[in-house]
Amino acid sequence: MVTGKGGTGKTTVAAALALALAADGGSVLLVETEGRQGIAQLFDSPPLPYEERRVAVARGGGVVKALAIDVEEALLDYLDMFYNLRRAGRALRKMGAIDFATAIAPGLRDVLITGKVKEAVTRRKDGRQVYDAVVVDAPPTGRITRFLGVTGEMSQLARSGPIKTQSDGVMAVLRSPQTAVHLVTLLEDMPVQETADAIAELQAAGLPIGSVVVNMAAEQVLPAAALARAATGELTGADLAPGLAAATLPGGDELADALAAEVVEHARRWAAQDALRDEVEALGRPTLELPLLPGPMDLGCLFELAGRLEDHLRTSGATGVPA
Amino acid sequence: MDLDALIADRETRIVVCCGAGGVGKTTTSAALALAAAEAGRTVVVLTIDPARRLAQSLGLVELDNEPRRVDVPGAPGELHAMMLDMKRTFDDVVTAHSTPERAQQILENPFYQALSSSFSGTQEYMAMEKLGQLRASEQWDLIIVDTPPSRSALDFLDAPNRMSRFLDGTMIRLLMAPSRTGFKFASAGFLLFSRIVSKILGGQLLRDISAFVAALDTMFGGFRERATATYELLRRPGTWFVVVASPEPDALREASYFVDRLSAEQMPLAGLVLNRTHPPATTVLSATRAQGAAEEVAEAGGDDAALAAAALQVHADRMQQAAREQHLADRFTSAHPEVAMRTVPAAAGDVHDLDGLRVMAEALTGPDGDTPTGTPRTRVLSARRG
Repeated sequence: MVTGKGGTGKTTVAAALALALAADGGSVLLVETEGRQGIAQLFDSPPLPYEERRVAVARGGGVVKALAIDVEEALLDYLDMFYNLRRAGRALRKMGAIDFATAIAPGLRDVLITGKVKEAVTRRKDGRQVYDAVVVDAPPTGRITRFLGVTGEMSQLARSGPIKTQSDGVMAVLRSPQTAVHLVTLLEDMPVQETADAIAELQAAGLPIGSVVVNMAAEQVLPAAALARAATGELTGADLAPGLAAATLPGGDELADALAAEVVEHARRWAAQDALRDEVEALGRPTLELPLLPGPMDLGCLFELAGRLEDHLRTSGATGVPA
Repeated sequence: MDLDALIADRETRIVVCCGAGGVGKTTTSAALALAAAEAGRTVVVLTIDPARRLAQSLGLVELDNEPRRVDVPGAPGELHAMMLDMKRTFDDVVTAHSTPERAQQILENPFYQALSSSFSGTQEYMAMEKLGQLRASEQWDLIIVDTPPSRSALDFLDAPNRMSRFLDGTMIRLLMAPSRTGFKFASAGFLLFSRIVSKILGGQLLRDISAFVAALDTMFGGFRERATATYELLRRPGTWFVVVASPEPDALREASYFVDRLSAEQMPLAGLVLNRTHPPATTVLSATRAQGAAEEVAEAGGDDAALAAAALQVHADRMQQAAREQHLADRFTSAHPEVAMRTVPAAAGDVHDLDGLRVMAEALTGPDGDTPTGTPRTRVLSARRG
């Protein structure tokens, strides 16, 4: 499960994680839960149907398939699976009744999604597991515990009925060491705070927590002494001018001052991020930093991030996938 | 976009800040509210989920679901701030609209407890409800609303209708009593549906829902009318939407959806705030030239080379980032040429005090073309010449 506050890039991290887990011949399913078609955009493929479709090939013949869960279709599956009612279900959809059913019990949505995930995780063919790993681009940190726990809640609300049996099975998988909830954050106040909150909530709900992924971290280029001086705002164009003289540059002193202003801002941003880095460390989870890559996000970038995730998984052991 | 004139205008009564999660809606709302108080308005800002330090600086330490005055030294107006407590707001509506016994029944119903505290959509619905209450109290001449961090910015507009459709109870009553007189005409399809729903959800849940709806009976009108009235409020003159986005493809896509939706609903859009941009301090040196110069400087060596080369590298990265942001902004503008835009440069760290908010307010409301770099506030990079 990959979660994170909105805007932290959890879809990108989920996609890169799927590639990392598929390296060396693995078979991985990447699941989209929020109907945004973000995965299709990342892999530069047409909008995903409600169907497991190959989106990428990883090193060593590994395969990443992707599935965008459509809640209505999932409900039809469910009706079919448990009650042999697919045709009746289609008629109901025409009446708008399914829309209504998901509206009266908004948690039904989450139940259907987690149910589908559990099905993919446990699916077997010819005595073998179909997927080595299932990576879920899950709802954001603010909703993650509810998303994962709502099935348990449903099983309490629905004290009888077949949904009770089904939800107990789903919760067993979600609470098992087979599952890991990875949290994506930026080095900014709100995402770090939400990550801390989510970890506390997940812990209280007995859900297994994986790594914290710090996304889009700036890389430091300044010499250490200059960095400290710049952060206090004391660095000026005059500090840069002697070194700059070696190159032919337009703008003269004004350019040196402008560059100094950018360096000061860079150093301050770095200092603010560095303070938050300590807070992330204090969360006590295995942590991985992914760099802010220049330019638009494309498949090449995804593979680069996947490489870093692979190294991290090897060293931290926090995969959610039994060895 | 002239936000300065918009918030100073006494005709402006409600400003709604919306957009995808993580783009800075809360700080934008708070900064606008501060600017309004300093322009002499009596303003209240309804925040949904502010960062802790920002909440503290706004005096939002007590969660009492009521606005608190924030001390803004020297401001001619008044700034009040509150944080939405959705469960409490829901409980208050229930208590205000039913007899004590009925209210008790509802508050104790397991389905109500789940609905009011955890189900998605409740937050949006209650934000809308609270907005209606604040507006009705006539205590403030301007209300600035931050919207919940939903999956989609559109949820703010859609969720209340979804909820009130449910609370209206028609479907539920059909489900629960298909055989009662008056429902003789219930189709075979409907009977089948009600059986399926009770199969899937289990009988107990349906009984809880039914008891909840029965207890709500007296308030149906109340719920629906209130939701409709608040929705209408958003369409009235005096209400303005400000769409907030960061220069990221996803955030701008959400902004795009929202802009289209507002125009379809004939709701007034003030413009787009492109938040957290990274304008360079100078554009005379391109990224490519800066990179080349960095190499040149490094090769020349000497004591000062490392620092100068690093500074040139910082500038090259900055130019690249700004070019990417400008490209995204241009793409939005070509798709929505009628939408005014204003860029707000990223602060070095997070905004968590009045001073930080004031800097942001200045970027939001200050006159265009008056930035230290001379770059117009509608642009990340200065415009191409000619």
